[in-house]
Amino acid sequence: MVKAILTVIGKDNIGIIAGVSQQLADLKINILDVSQTIMNGYFTMMMMLDLSKASESFETIKKALAEKGVELNVQIKIQHEDIFNSMHSL
Amino acid sequence: METNKILETIRMIEEEKLDIRTITMGISLLDCIDADGKKAREKIYDKITRKAEHLVKVGQEIETEYGIPIIHKRIAVTPISLIAGATDEKDYVAFAKTLDEASKAVGVNFVGGFSALVQKGYHKGDHILIQSIPEALATTERVCSSVNVGSTRTGINMDAVKEMGEVIKKTAELTADEHGLGCAKLVVFANAVEDNPFMAGAFHGVGEADCVINVGVSGPGVVKRALEKVKGESFDVVAETVKKTAFKITRMGQLVGQEASKRLGVPFGIVDLSLAPTPAIGDSVAHILEEMGLESVGTHGTTAALALLNDAVKKGGVMACGHVGGLSGAFIPVSEDAGMIDAVNRGSLNLEKLEAMTAICSVGLDMIAVPGDTPAETISAMIADEAAIGVINNKTTAVRVIPAPGKAVGEMVEFGGLLGRAPVMAVNSYSSADFIARGGHIPAPIHSFKN
Repeated sequence: MVKAILTVIGKDNIGIIAGVSQQLADLKINILDVSQTIMNGYFTMMMMLDLSKASESFETIKKALAEKGVELNVQIKIQHEDIFNSMHSL
Repeated sequence: METNKILETIRMIEEEKLDIRTITMGISLLDCIDADGKKAREKIYDKITRKAEHLVKVGQEIETEYGIPIIHKRIAVTPISLIAGATDEKDYVAFAKTLDEASKAVGVNFVGGFSALVQKGYHKGDHILIQSIPEALATTERVCSSVNVGSTRTGINMDAVKEMGEVIKKTAELTADEHGLGCAKLVVFANAVEDNPFMAGAFHGVGEADCVINVGVSGPGVVKRALEKVKGESFDVVAETVKKTAFKITRMGQLVGQEASKRLGVPFGIVDLSLAPTPAIGDSVAHILEEMGLESVGTHGTTAALALLNDAVKKGGVMACGHVGGLSGAFIPVSEDAGMIDAVNRGSLNLEKLEAMTAICSVGLDMIAVPGDTPAETISAMIADEAAIGVINNKTTAVRVIPAPGKAVGEMVEFGGLLGRAPVMAVNSYSSADFIARGGHIPAPIHSFKN
């Protein structure tokens, strides 16, 4: 199973979670875990995703999500989970 | 997964310019040796384009998936003097051109290994190669050259030191229309390492495997930011902070190296833990030293600050990866570091202080512009001083100076891109000519007899 971390950061607004979730569903990406908070006035959301059923390549997914971010006026990033695991633990 | 760890990683990449500086593929050319130079060059071109065919593509894939920038994808090859020496050709510029063409074909931005190892003496190919360096660097774009003139085990080859002063001058003259840019691609080493992934000094040592992946990390900005949080605290805290930060940076190198090695089907060699600055704001080693409490880098205390930094980076990195190698420490290239440039311009950093700094950090006098009328003997003497520091202290040292044609002290030389801009620095005006004219060999130090 390929797991990735999605981070969404930006000014809070109506429909961010809805927009992001819909985009993920369209790309056949499963959401495993969600954490969301408002940090210093900024909407900050993190999602653990399962890409094993994803219909598109990582590059296409990344681009689609970045475009969604522009539309929702937030910054959306998707990164392989290993980068976070390996930086902070042995 | 903890939210703050995820955010920390993202911040390090986005704001503090954490990146993987280079994935360098080392390729042995020993099986390309041929008495016929033309055939040898065909074999070299074939081998490089075959082995490194997917290097750039894989690097870009890893960048996309992990979201960490990989700035350079490069190639290091066996020192060409060993390969070309088998031919009866009288100049090796054609070999440099082949390397240039091969690197363009696979899309890497530099290929290192137009090199000779002459710490104890010359073989036939070494002399021809060294004489070919100026034209090779002037007529190619991506080829880097290095010459090792001394080692702790063998002492210093002063004939080579003398010759390299002249070669550097000639290289500057042949590339005068680009302010002597050719010299930025030429490194004179003592105790050169065989698995260094950083340019311009990378080459693939003869003791290495046929093909390996080495990774060089970076991240001065991350260290600087971490130290901002411990303002005024003792050096124990400073050292601990640098160690922890170096650990995290190096983990990225290990991850990227492992992944690249797996995808390319090539063994993973080493991670080089060096902090490598770029001219970008927030990516400076000088600013780390200033964060420790120095008003301007170059003032008294700079050497101690750099010694702590260099050591703590190694200690933090060692646990974070499988095999450490290369130069591993902190780089202090002047033209590539905004803080160093400022310090030279405000008069707090000079060549003498830089020389002291090279005694305790990982490289040497790096990317320093000196007046265009600096005599070749003076440059040779600078090389001899650096080689002596390396040989006696059991460490790698190097000289990469640019005698910028037509430029005088105080002027700026613009190289552009990652090579940055260099203020022309004053050299000692007294002559070293008679000293360099002696030639011969400075014997190995007493502590080389360790058997």
